[in-house]
Amino acid sequence: MSDPDRLSLHVPEPAVRPGGQPDFSNVKIPKAGSVPRPEIDVAPEDIRDLAYSIIRVLNRDGEAVGPWAGLLSDDELLAGLKHMMTLRAFDARMVMAQRQGKTSFYMQHLGEEAVSCAFRKALVKGDMNFPTYRQAGLLIADEYPMVEMMNQIFSNESDPLRGRQLPIMYSSKEHGFFTISGNLATQYVQAVGWAMASAIKNDTKIAAAWIGDGSTAESDFHSALVFASTYKAPVILNIVNNQWAISTFQGIARGGSGTFAARGLGFGIPALRVDGNDYLAVYAVAKWAAERARRNLGPTVIEYVTYRVGAHSTSDDPSAYRPKTESEAWPLGDPVLRLKKHLILRGAWSEERHTQAEAEIVDAVIQAQKQAEGHGTLHAGGKPSVRDIFEGVYAEMPPHIRRQRQKAGY
Amino acid sequence: MARMTMIEAVRSAMDVSMGRDDDVVVFGEDVGYFGGVFRCTQGLQAKYGKTRCFDAPISESGIVGTAIGMAAYGLKPCVEIQFADYMYPAYDQITQEAARIRYRSNGDFTCPIVLRMPTGGGIFGGQTHSQSPEALFTHVCGLKVVVPSNPYDAKGLLIASIEDPDPVMFLEPKRLYNGPFDGHHDRPVIPWSKHDLGEVPEGHYTIPIGKAEVRRKGSAVTVVAYGTMVHVALAAAEETGIDAEVIDLRSLLPLDLDAIVQSVEKTGRCVVVHEATLTSGFGGEIASLVQEHCFYHLEAPVVRVAGWDTPYPHAQEWDYFPGPARVGRALVEVMEA
Repeated sequence: MSDPDRLSLHVPEPAVRPGGQPDFSNVKIPKAGSVPRPEIDVAPEDIRDLAYSIIRVLNRDGEAVGPWAGLLSDDELLAGLKHMMTLRAFDARMVMAQRQGKTSFYMQHLGEEAVSCAFRKALVKGDMNFPTYRQAGLLIADEYPMVEMMNQIFSNESDPLRGRQLPIMYSSKEHGFFTISGNLATQYVQAVGWAMASAIKNDTKIAAAWIGDGSTAESDFHSALVFASTYKAPVILNIVNNQWAISTFQGIARGGSGTFAARGLGFGIPALRVDGNDYLAVYAVAKWAAERARRNLGPTVIEYVTYRVGAHSTSDDPSAYRPKTESEAWPLGDPVLRLKKHLILRGAWSEERHTQAEAEIVDAVIQAQKQAEGHGTLHAGGKPSVRDIFEGVYAEMPPHIRRQRQKAGY
Repeated sequence: MARMTMIEAVRSAMDVSMGRDDDVVVFGEDVGYFGGVFRCTQGLQAKYGKTRCFDAPISESGIVGTAIGMAAYGLKPCVEIQFADYMYPAYDQITQEAARIRYRSNGDFTCPIVLRMPTGGGIFGGQTHSQSPEALFTHVCGLKVVVPSNPYDAKGLLIASIEDPDPVMFLEPKRLYNGPFDGHHDRPVIPWSKHDLGEVPEGHYTIPIGKAEVRRKGSAVTVVAYGTMVHVALAAAEETGIDAEVIDLRSLLPLDLDAIVQSVEKTGRCVVVHEATLTSGFGGEIASLVQEHCFYHLEAPVVRVAGWDTPYPHAQEWDYFPGPARVGRALVEVMEA
């Protein structure tokens, strides 16, 4: 019995650990189509409920229902499906390449493909994402060449980042993809600064910040919300809640009550929660927030409720901290299968075409990989020069670095 | 030419830069309407509007983080950290972000920001308003570190810093804001208006980052100093009668190694002075470089004079501050060695 006169520390625990039966009864899933779609100039205090609910478009039967439906054409949805399938196939090949020793490290998106792929389509050229390491769909959906991504992953002679960055820490200004740090949450407040700059210059571009559930505990997350709120920056503040921060369940960052989206309410920022495995819902909510930003109405917080089906990275083994079958019990299903079902229901797709598309996509990924491997992999073939260590620390190389380069023999 | 304090010179540098380039923005705690706690940004909001000069929330990581984002967009933010002692919450943004964005993106993105911050003691500021954290910046590749010692340099170096394509930590010795303080705290300080280096052009000019300046020519010993300690070293040379050559580094990173080597090869002796704590201070780097490059010219071991390895005390400020008496004793020691 606990002594009522003494304090005790509360340490949250996930519902189940390895060996237990997966249990998501605590995740309340509203019916698809049941959450209203407010006007974009709504006052944040009038839509507080949206921070605690989940906006969903695709129902169990694969139908698109409710006020957030109806924004995308068949062709757009087919393109979205192919982007997600490409990302999944790309991930599978790169995880294998890591196991084969062609690269040191990889991070996959399994189960979360809809978030970055659908979001990208809500932005336009010139907008800027400040991504984490699990938003490669932003590049895939913007048709960034897979070979370039692989060149970076393999740190080969054609690596656009000259071997300096950990695999998957891409950078592409042209594709609206800010250089990934690997350092958590720092990019969140930078996105706000970029958006402030766009507003200072009376530009039309907007920014998108990205963070995971675990990293919302970093102080930079809170700084970002303060600055975004104060200056009404044209930025979309995305939180990808995939339930797990390596081995730490989301309750450690979130605490015992509320939602990650609800963090925005205290800052007077409209906050929405969305089914992150529903391509149509992700797109609709992202589009709503992008319109707000572009109309100078300020920031929006979006929490994507999803599940990290794969390991955190190739250095992680999730069976050590969660039931192996937990992903199968995840109540929001698989984003690829859900969109596929919807497209078949619309008469725009079929099982045969899907099987064929899968084969074509895998083939395209393999072709890209062959091409990239022709430029080398981490331990074989062409690699960046030792000179590249010393270049680019500054615009102009200072004398002390020049002396060190000479000492290194280059 | 006009007579300016260091505060006015710093303000003039921002004014000139904002006037020439619409992409220069200035923000920080209290810098907008009020003009900053040291008044360095006074009048800039009225002149350039509040989207070019504005108050920021009390969040250094937010200030630096947003400045980095603005720089990625294409602006040139010149932000104020109210005291150098307040920069620690932003240290992650400075070291792992600002300093490495060019490198890690292979030049796809860059970070041309300036962080201005009042540094050093001598104002009875206690341990959280007196620190000299320059070595925490010089240890970070990708940053530039500048410490001016007078109004003329402050303006030319600040304009150069704002125009620099890489992140610059601009440390303003706050004890020098109003006059060339030489450590004699019991005597009145001559105002900058009565000093040659208080003569400052009103328009645009730059002083290159990475170039030291000899403040006193001498043949007996080389004193390497920066910021407030330049004036302390000059006083110590006069008071001991030792013919010291005083080098004002002005930039710590990149460092003007040639100027140091040239002088030490001539004098054969070297004293390094800084206000920051001794252990792992920038003086250790200078002493090491002098040993590597001038060993066969040295007549005596290199001596360092620095703040004690303790937090900066309040009431005992003048026992902590390396004043002219301590620097003078070091000069005598190195001459007698």
